[in-house]
Order: sequence, then structure tokens, then C-alpha cells
Amino acid sequence: MPGLEHYLILSGLLFCIGLAGAVIKRSAIVILMCIEIMLTGVNIAMVAFSRFITPVELTGQIFTVFIIVVAAAEIAIGLAIILALYRNRNTIDTQKIDLLKW
Amino acid sequence: MQIAFWILAVLAVVSAAGVIWQKNLFRAALLLVLCFLAVAGIFVTLSADFLAAVQLIINVGAVAILIIMSIMLTREVTSGNPSGKLGLPALAATGVLAFSIIITSVSSYWPLSSSSPLEPTTAALANLLFENDGFIFLIQLGAILLLTTIIGAIVLLRKED
Repeated sequence: MPGLEHYLILSGLLFCIGLAGAVIKRSAIVILMCIEIMLTGVNIAMVAFSRFITPVELTGQIFTVFIIVVAAAEIAIGLAIILALYRNRNTIDTQKIDLLKW
Repeated sequence: MQIAFWILAVLAVVSAAGVIWQKNLFRAALLLVLCFLAVAGIFVTLSADFLAAVQLIINVGAVAILIIMSIMLTREVTSGNPSGKLGLPALAATGVLAFSIIITSVSSYWPLSSSSPLEPTTAALANLLFENDGFIFLIQLGAILLLTTIIGAIVLLRKED
């Protein structure tokens, strides 16, 4: 039976992979995908704490439900912004979207 | 249980890394779906059955379809999956972060509980979410958030004429 530490390490690895991708990648859609990976890692940590520390109260699982709701809203708005950008500038490369760059 | 956890964990980490390494953007999106599937399995090993179903329906179903559809709509597949200039410094920084997370989670003291988890969690979750002294206010806020999201997406993508 894997313990709490295994799940925490898995969640930390997923979070760091997502963070690296969100910083490194240039395509805006891939950045959104990496943010989803980060949120998934956090979800694993929440459910693991709920399973191993408060198995009966389920508060961590409630938090995960709300994280999933907010992540769905975020991805819908993010993709809408990306599509609007693509319609205006014909690219979603974040290095070329430099209207606000000084 | 042990074998399932290790298979799913390796699958999740490898497919998440594949999202970054994969040159083809469409395959990267499919790897993201694979990562979500593995995480749903991880939820099952944590005896969170309702959350596994929610993960399957929302993330594997809705979010993946949204992402794949917007990849199609932007014709981004032709330009691949390029990296910026910050590759090595970002990798080093996140490596240090991952290392410190691992060290902290291994060496900390966790007040583990020995009681066995609730087996069907759906009824207990529903009681917590919809009771008057539970999280009903947050449920209503979530409804408002989703409505705002729908209206915002429509306004952003409306053709102006």
C-alpha cells in the first residue's frame, strides 16, 4: 500500500513538470495545457491528504471539486481569449504577441 | 494496489513530460488526455470514486475536447511545439523546486489517521455540499462563475459587425 509520501511526491512532480512547461513553451495552448497539469497535481495532493489524514471528513475532496470547477471555467475563458487573439493577429505564439511589450 | 499505483504514477509523469517534449501539438494534447486518465486511476487508488468519475467526465471529456478543438481552429499544428529562450534556467529552477518538495514531503511529520476511508463517497459528498451549514454558498458561487464564463466566452468570440 503506497503511503502519503508517494502521493505527495507524485503531485509535486506533476506540478513541477507543468510549471516548467508553462514557463518554457511558446504556444499559448500548450501553456494552458501545462496549467491544467499543475492543477491536476494539486488535486492529487488534496485527495491524498483527505485520504490519509482526515479519511472520514472528506473536506479535501470538496476542495478538489471546486478546483475542477474553477479549472474548467479557466480553460474555457483562456481558449476563448486565445481564439480571439488568433483572429486578430493570426498567431498564438506568445513571443509574437508583444503589443504591450516595451 | 501497489502495482496499480506505480503503473499509474509512472504513466502520469511520463505523459505529462511528453506534453512538453512532444513536437507534434496534436499528440501533445492526446498525451494530456492520457495524463488525465492516469490521474483518474490515481483517484480510484485513493478511494475517491466520485472524484474519479468527475475527472473522467470533465477533464478527459470536456476539457480535452475544448483543447483539441481549439488546436484545430488555430491551425497551430503546422508550427509545432516550440520552446522559448528560457529553457535551461526554467528547468533548473523547477528541478530545485521539485527536489525541495520531495525532501519536505518525505521528512515532515504527518498526523496520519488509521481509520478506514468511506467507501461510496458520493452520498457523503452530497450531504457536505448541499447541507445548509455545508458548502451550499460555494455551490451557488460556482454556478455564478460558470454562467459568467459562458457569457464571457460568447462575448469574446462574437463577430463584430
